[in-house]
Amino acid sequence: MNIVNPPEFRVKVDQEKCRKCKRCLQSCSFGVYEFHDRVIPDNNKCVACNRCVQTCPEDAITINESPNVYKDHPNWNLQLRKNVWKQAETGGVLLTGMGNNLPYPIVFDGLVVDACQVTNPSIDPLREPMELRTFLGRKPDKVSVEYVNGKLRLKEKLPPQIRLETPIIFAPMSFGALSLNAHKALAMAAKDSGTVYGTGEGGLHADLLEYGPWTIVQCASGRFGVHSEYLNSGVAVEIKIGQGAKPGIGGHLPGEKIGQEISKTRMIPIGTDALSPAPHHDIYSIEDLRQLIYAIKEATNYKPVSVKIACVHNVAAIASGIVRAGADIVYLDGFKGGTGAAPTMIRDHVGIPIELALAAVDDQLRKEGIRNQASIVAAGGIRSSADVVKAIALGADACAIGTAALLALGCSLCQKCYTGNCAWGICTQKPELTRRLDPEWGAMRLKNLLRGWSHEIKEFLGALGVNSVESLRGSRERLRGVGLDAQTLEILGVKPAGR
Amino acid sequence: MDHWWQKDMSGCGLSGLINTDGARVSGAVIRKSIALMHDRGNGQGGGLAAYGIYPDHKDYYAFHIMYTEEPGKPARDLELAQKETEAYLDKNLAVKLGEDIPVKITDKVRSHPILRRYFVKVRPDKLAAQGFGMSEDDFIVSTVMHINDKIDGAFVFSSGKNMGAFKGVGFPEDIADFYMLENYQGYIWTAHNRFPTNTQGWWGGAHPFTLLDWSIVHNGEISSYGINRRYLEMFGYKMALHTDTEVVTYIFDLLVRRHGLPVQAALQVAAAPFWKDVDRMPPEEKEACEALRMVYGSALLNGPFAILFGHTHGLIGINDRIKLRPFVAATKGKTVYMASEESAIREIEPDLEKVWAPRAGHPVMVELDKGVA
Repeated sequence: MNIVNPPEFRVKVDQEKCRKCKRCLQSCSFGVYEFHDRVIPDNNKCVACNRCVQTCPEDAITINESPNVYKDHPNWNLQLRKNVWKQAETGGVLLTGMGNNLPYPIVFDGLVVDACQVTNPSIDPLREPMELRTFLGRKPDKVSVEYVNGKLRLKEKLPPQIRLETPIIFAPMSFGALSLNAHKALAMAAKDSGTVYGTGEGGLHADLLEYGPWTIVQCASGRFGVHSEYLNSGVAVEIKIGQGAKPGIGGHLPGEKIGQEISKTRMIPIGTDALSPAPHHDIYSIEDLRQLIYAIKEATNYKPVSVKIACVHNVAAIASGIVRAGADIVYLDGFKGGTGAAPTMIRDHVGIPIELALAAVDDQLRKEGIRNQASIVAAGGIRSSADVVKAIALGADACAIGTAALLALGCSLCQKCYTGNCAWGICTQKPELTRRLDPEWGAMRLKNLLRGWSHEIKEFLGALGVNSVESLRGSRERLRGVGLDAQTLEILGVKPAGR
Repeated sequence: MDHWWQKDMSGCGLSGLINTDGARVSGAVIRKSIALMHDRGNGQGGGLAAYGIYPDHKDYYAFHIMYTEEPGKPARDLELAQKETEAYLDKNLAVKLGEDIPVKITDKVRSHPILRRYFVKVRPDKLAAQGFGMSEDDFIVSTVMHINDKIDGAFVFSSGKNMGAFKGVGFPEDIADFYMLENYQGYIWTAHNRFPTNTQGWWGGAHPFTLLDWSIVHNGEISSYGINRRYLEMFGYKMALHTDTEVVTYIFDLLVRRHGLPVQAALQVAAAPFWKDVDRMPPEEKEACEALRMVYGSALLNGPFAILFGHTHGLIGINDRIKLRPFVAATKGKTVYMASEESAIREIEPDLEKVWAPRAGHPVMVELDKGVA
């Protein structure tokens, strides 16, 4: 016999309220609903994405946690038991989507931010200038200027920089993992907000070429859609070594998702699996990375090159090597970073938190006197403007948001991205689902999010009595730890509250 | 990397003057000016800097060194600190003269550290041993860093040529009396009255802060201290004195002496123009401003301040980018005055030709006439 995994959720349709319009049947992309004289839900299929709840015109649907009880055991929570039952059934690897969902301590939540009282005045960002402009890229040790007839002139030009009007960028998520409409929304929002989005490793769809000045194109281990025009179409090129959600693991976009558009963009036949190897097979060591960095620079007339890595144990030494290999940006992805699909065990048990990795990397680069040679982008668990502020104070030049951006597009964090059934049209290639996401509507929501967070960051800066984000960057003196142990504080370079 | 330092905070009053014709006046003048702003301090720190005071030793670096306990550090045998320091000086520099700094005990300043001064030159053999590209100034800076960082209880508080800083715990007028500054003649004077809020004042923490011939008095709090400090650490500076004014001193040393920026460009780093203004500049100027900001963003001094910089050839005053501290300038004949309050200037020169409040972030730069000093 089969042991059926118990349903996680219980869907309740209020039959008195229900007018039998069957919109829930259309809405649910997981096939929960059937109609036999009345709407009948199948609890086993529900993922609690809440699309039906949002679209039901009568507010007749509620979704609850399943009240089914198994005998409690402190060492065997229900999820672990379900995992075993599932694998005993299939012999497969457990898959999941989005970021690590085990209850590790969240270091950001143990950090608090300073504010001015008496000895220096706080600044009102609604009435005084407050500057968030940020430049990503390699900075020389010093600038050479002169005054010619009383006018300031630059004697040596700087390497190219990516100009951001707010220190938040959209994390790279591929066309393939995301729908084209989701990509369009990100590109439009990046343009209007003065920031950038990343293509991820799925290449760049022809419709998005016009957003080049707000695009970072990616070159990952599968090399999908990588060609000369592609490399030159963005403001920078990102070499993706690893991803916070699955350090050391490659990617696999199943053949059923490879339709005509993805086939064209990725330059692979329709219906074939798109396999990204775990390593780059031309990068088996740091000197190989250097060769790829400079090959890309040669191919792009020296655009900035970003190297994205997952945060792992020796992240500081690795980042130092990456900077010395010539990278202009180091993109650090913490273990809470999201993914379209990853083995659950890897997602939940490999890697380290962004807060600690970021602090260690910033310290290491400063110790070596090379912090100015590369910008640091922190990602993987940035949930609010407060997290952005804390990350910047720990040393990040900018933060990247992936999950938060998807939430803005309607995602409810059901973590079923890998199924291709995204009811919100974000993480799917099914035309009947992707058409649910209007790129302009999505772009508006993303812009709103960035505007709201940027205002909040300005409020933080004003309270701190500074009027530019550079004065917070790396200023760990403005953070204090609450409830963090001494060793963690030492690594963060942050004093405990009260000191 | 030391993350556990504590920072001093303080509010203050300041006053300065420069005779552009090089005429030297006694310390009694600036004493009168700063004394008027008595209430801007709380007796926890006062100090003065003067240029042109050691004409007989003008080719020698004048080291003012105090041997004193440091707050938060274990007690130290100060005579031992002195011996250790003097042995280090003898070994690395040519010491022409070492003597006590003359002082007068008053009921206002009753106890004081061991205060010594040394007139020194760099020895060519020692300089050569440091390897290629090291200047005499670099050598002096590394000597100062070594003593302040490595010898407990010893603090170099002045190290320029033909200039000196005089400072301590007390009101500045009392400190001026203690050092008998009426006996010194200088063409530039600055003075500082300190109001620390979170520490017992200590002698090393009073203003001015100096490095080589740069002296700085500062009213304000550098809210960007945390990153300014970490930025400087990358270039080998050791923050021994726990005050934000120290980072101001080192930032100017880095930008002007080591990176060769024009002083005006360095001031623009410290109080950067806003992007809204940069965006409206002609392309070439905009490009230069952008570059300074991109590379030196970590050296931006953010938070309220009014600062006076003295150096061998002039005096500079500057406010923060939104003028959160008072700062007034005035002229009379060949003299330029700068102070926290106009009253402090009128106290010593009632008949001024021009008085103005400099705009936020716009420096007042006064140079000595050519051929003077």
